Amino acid sequence: MSWLDIGALNDIPQRGARLVKTVHGCVAVFRTGDDQVFAIDDRCPHKGGPLSEGIVHGHSVTCPLHNWVFSLETGMAQGADEGAVATYPARVEGGRILLDAKRLIRGAAA
Amino acid sequence: MRKRLVIIGAGMASGRVIEHLLAQDPDGWDITLFNAEPRGNYNRIMLSPVLSGEKTYQDIVTHDDDFYTQHNITCRFGEAVVRIDRVKKVVYSNEGGAPYDKLLIATGSAPFIIPVPGHELPGVITYRDMADTQAMIDASAKPGAKAVVIGGGLLGLEAAAGLKARGMEVAVIHLMGYLMERQLDPAAGYLLQKDLEARGITVHCKGATKAILGTDRVEAVLLDDGTVYGADQVCMAVGIRPETRIATDAALEIGRGITVNDQMVTSDPDILAVGECVEHNAQLFGLVAPFYDQAKVVAATLLGNDAAFQPVQTATKLKVTGVDLFSAGDFADSEGREDIVFRDPARGVYKRLVIEEDRLIGAVMYGDTADGSWFFGLIKDGTNISDMRDTLIFGPAYQGGTQADPLAAVAALPLDAEICGCNGICKGTIVSAIEGGAASLADIKAQTKASASCGTCTGLVEQVLASTLGDAFKMPAAQPMCGCTELTHEDVPRLIKARELKSMPAVMQELGWKTSCGCHVCRPALNFYLLADWPEDYTDDAQSRFVNERNHANIQKDGTYSVVPRMWGGMTNPRELRAIADAADKYDIPAVKVTGGQRIDLLGVQKEHLPHIWADLNAAGLVSGHAYSKGLRTVKTCVGTDFCRFGTQDSTGLGIKLEKRLWGSWTPHKVKLAVSGCPRNCAESTCKDVGIICVDSGYEIGVGGAAGMDLKETERLAKVATEQEAIDLTVAFVQLYREHAKYLDRPYKWLAKVGLEWVQAQVVEDLDNRAALIKRFDLSQTIYQRDPWADRATPQAQADFAPLADLTREAAE
Ligand SMILES: Cc1cc2nc3c(=O)[nH]c(=O)nc-3n(C[C@H](O)[C@H](O)[C@H](O)COP(=O)(O)OP(=O)(O)OC[C@H]3O[C@@H](n4cnc5c(N)ncnc54)[C@H](O)[C@@H]3O)c2cc1C
Ligand code: SF4
Ligand code: FES
Repeated sequence: MSWLDIGALNDIPQRGARLVKTVHGCVAVFRTGDDQVFAIDDRCPHKGGPLSEGIVHGHSVTCPLHNWVFSLETGMAQGADEGAVATYPARVEGGRILLDAKRLIRGAAA
Repeated sequence: MRKRLVIIGAGMASGRVIEHLLAQDPDGWDITLFNAEPRGNYNRIMLSPVLSGEKTYQDIVTHDDDFYTQHNITCRFGEAVVRIDRVKKVVYSNEGGAPYDKLLIATGSAPFIIPVPGHELPGVITYRDMADTQAMIDASAKPGAKAVVIGGGLLGLEAAAGLKARGMEVAVIHLMGYLMERQLDPAAGYLLQKDLEARGITVHCKGATKAILGTDRVEAVLLDDGTVYGADQVCMAVGIRPETRIATDAALEIGRGITVNDQMVTSDPDILAVGECVEHNAQLFGLVAPFYDQAKVVAATLLGNDAAFQPVQTATKLKVTGVDLFSAGDFADSEGREDIVFRDPARGVYKRLVIEEDRLIGAVMYGDTADGSWFFGLIKDGTNISDMRDTLIFGPAYQGGTQADPLAAVAALPLDAEICGCNGICKGTIVSAIEGGAASLADIKAQTKASASCGTCTGLVEQVLASTLGDAFKMPAAQPMCGCTELTHEDVPRLIKARELKSMPAVMQELGWKTSCGCHVCRPALNFYLLADWPEDYTDDAQSRFVNERNHANIQKDGTYSVVPRMWGGMTNPRELRAIADAADKYDIPAVKVTGGQRIDLLGVQKEHLPHIWADLNAAGLVSGHAYSKGLRTVKTCVGTDFCRFGTQDSTGLGIKLEKRLWGSWTPHKVKLAVSGCPRNCAESTCKDVGIICVDSGYEIGVGGAAGMDLKETERLAKVATEQEAIDLTVAFVQLYREHAKYLDRPYKWLAKVGLEWVQAQVVEDLDNRAALIKRFDLSQTIYQRDPWADRATPQAQADFAPLADLTREAAE
């Protein structure tokens, strides 16, 4: 993997998200209440809701449009809903957020 | 011939190495021990008891002069090693060299200093060694001295408690939302903060230090939010990094620390390293337990024996007398992990166990840590806990029994806690009625009047009945607020008021939330209840708001937003219209629409343009219309006496006055008003939350109308003679609704529960109560009546709304 520094942890509010634009669409980078970061596609598989604008609870986010809930770790929809979003490796080091650049610049292979 | 061993650093790790080495081979080594500190090995972790006065320096010395003499150790204390010559195998301090056959680096860590202005002033120290501790003890000698501790982690809090014990006035500044965020979760952090505050320590979370102020010496600390804390002494405890400088200069392999293999040997076969300065398999260590294991391995390696270092889990305890806190393992939320949470609000106990694949992998405990080591053992051993899962949280002594009582929250309320706010009935009154024979809700209503008025406390009264009568009372099934709690929307706000809970972690802990940080259902509701009840104390939490309120615009189905400027009472003018038209051009607005509430909606705005369009509209004097809020939306008006031949009063003028008074207030759901100038009702007042119809003799005020999913005509609240009374009644009504309705109930739904008569008694008949409601509303408005556009049309917000990074221009290889 080649890690790319995309910004400071503090650029994202706790239980919030910011976007990273890529040629293949937007990736939402979340910071959870316990200061972990997760990166997933910003499009809800239901009707395209921007997941970055959802309410973050635990390691899940609720889509702001129709309340589907997604795991930030696996990208899977929770509960009765079916669907998934792509996830991207992300980590924090020394207060900086690192994403796996190869997949972001080339886009998800699948 | 004896081999020459040179050790750099007389800390906790090297002390252990010396002991193991001498025990196994007392005569094999000539040891030279360098230490930058002018003293030998002491128990660094006991500095906190020295600071607080519970121990003296003498008590914590681990190796004294006799020991060094007896074992022929050459002590070069007060001499920092500045260079290692690996070719000649000599280390140098400023006072001269020492040749070695084997070298051990044990230099520990260096504390971080945040390079804010003023960090070099005398009186600013870190917390690492005896000299720092002595400096703090000296500072506390001055009567009335103040200390600021920057950093609310283990070290910072031990420093704070120690300084407090020495009689200083202490404030802790912590960047994160709760204390010890690396070891605790928000609930445990909240309990810890409460404990420290009870000792008189000020705790300021989410505080970023901007500068340390003072001319010759520190005088104060300034935070980003403008807060200033006076300080005679500032202690920075914000983190440490491995002390690797001499190793770097000697070109040893370094990661974040000095890289060692399983035998604790660095990239040079004759140089070993141990303690906080090392990195093993990309891992750093900051607690002594692993160093003791490392020390054994170092001794074995030096003696030519086989040994390999294997890191084990460590547990954390805060060494502050009277604070019981324990944390071990990994307790982050994660897929496939389950939480067991136990809260006993009355005793201030919180326990959380994290389980993955039938094994305990993490534990946080506060208030009752007696079972900590047992849980820690389960974590270390990877014991399969599936057999004892149900009772695990109760610890090793627990055999069978019942689950935690869901009524605990109510049972724990003190007798003087107010249960029925309308009639001022406290728990004790209800309990005596029950003891006197009352056995049902109806009995209680009849005998005490509790829940006989608005009824929002019904659930609570039932719980008092249940907890007092036990099985003799059958609880009607109430709908809990969400999956995180057994409590209903009726209970939660009442308990928030009765127990003066003023933050979200406080509510979740004291009311026994079953999740660690709530969900998308309860968080927005709690945020509203807290800000409505404690406008002066509670800080709004943006991350607990729906997207529309967080971004001050309505999200549309394609992820774009719509922006609606306020038009007071539906009035506008050419200048405003021009500004709106200009904004529509400038930001390529695809659709411009006149709304049902007499305003102009700009549809299809990109998120990153929002702060910019707000700034432009603000510049033309327009403010946000809150078209997205659970708060006042519009006040629709007709033209009234100004132009209409039927108009009886200035309906437009009254509409503008009402809107100016009410805008910006947060309410349980959206609120819409209308004022019509005569019964022809051109403003459609009869289907609004509050609708006023002007007539010759005054103003008819209707409430509880609806024209959404339900269609409902308003009910007459009152008829009044003057415009001022019409305004007063409207404001009092809105405040009553704010204080009593459940989150997401429109006024008509709430009215159906409480009854119009009760509302009339509160705001029409009881003039004192009306005045009090208005006063509370106005107080809240002094804080919340702010134009979010003006607040957020800043360069900071413009940056926050833009993407964090744009990788579209990075070329794919
Ligand atoms: C106040 C306080 C409380 C703590 N509480 C706990 C606790 O409760 N539990 C726990 O597990 N851990 C605790 N720790 C952490 C623990 O003390 C450290 O992890 C441990 O001391 C590290 O051991 P070490 O030998 O690697 O380094 P240290 O003990 O820091 O020793 C390193 C020594 O090397 C010297 N040195 C550095 N560079 C040079 C040089 N170039 N030349 C010569 N000498 C040099 C330093 O002066 C220092 O004396 C606490 C730490 C502090 C400061
Ligand atoms: S409500 Fe009455 S006063 Fe107002 S515009 Fe209609 S007719 Fe005229
Ligand atoms: S678009 Fe996400 S839930 Fe419908």
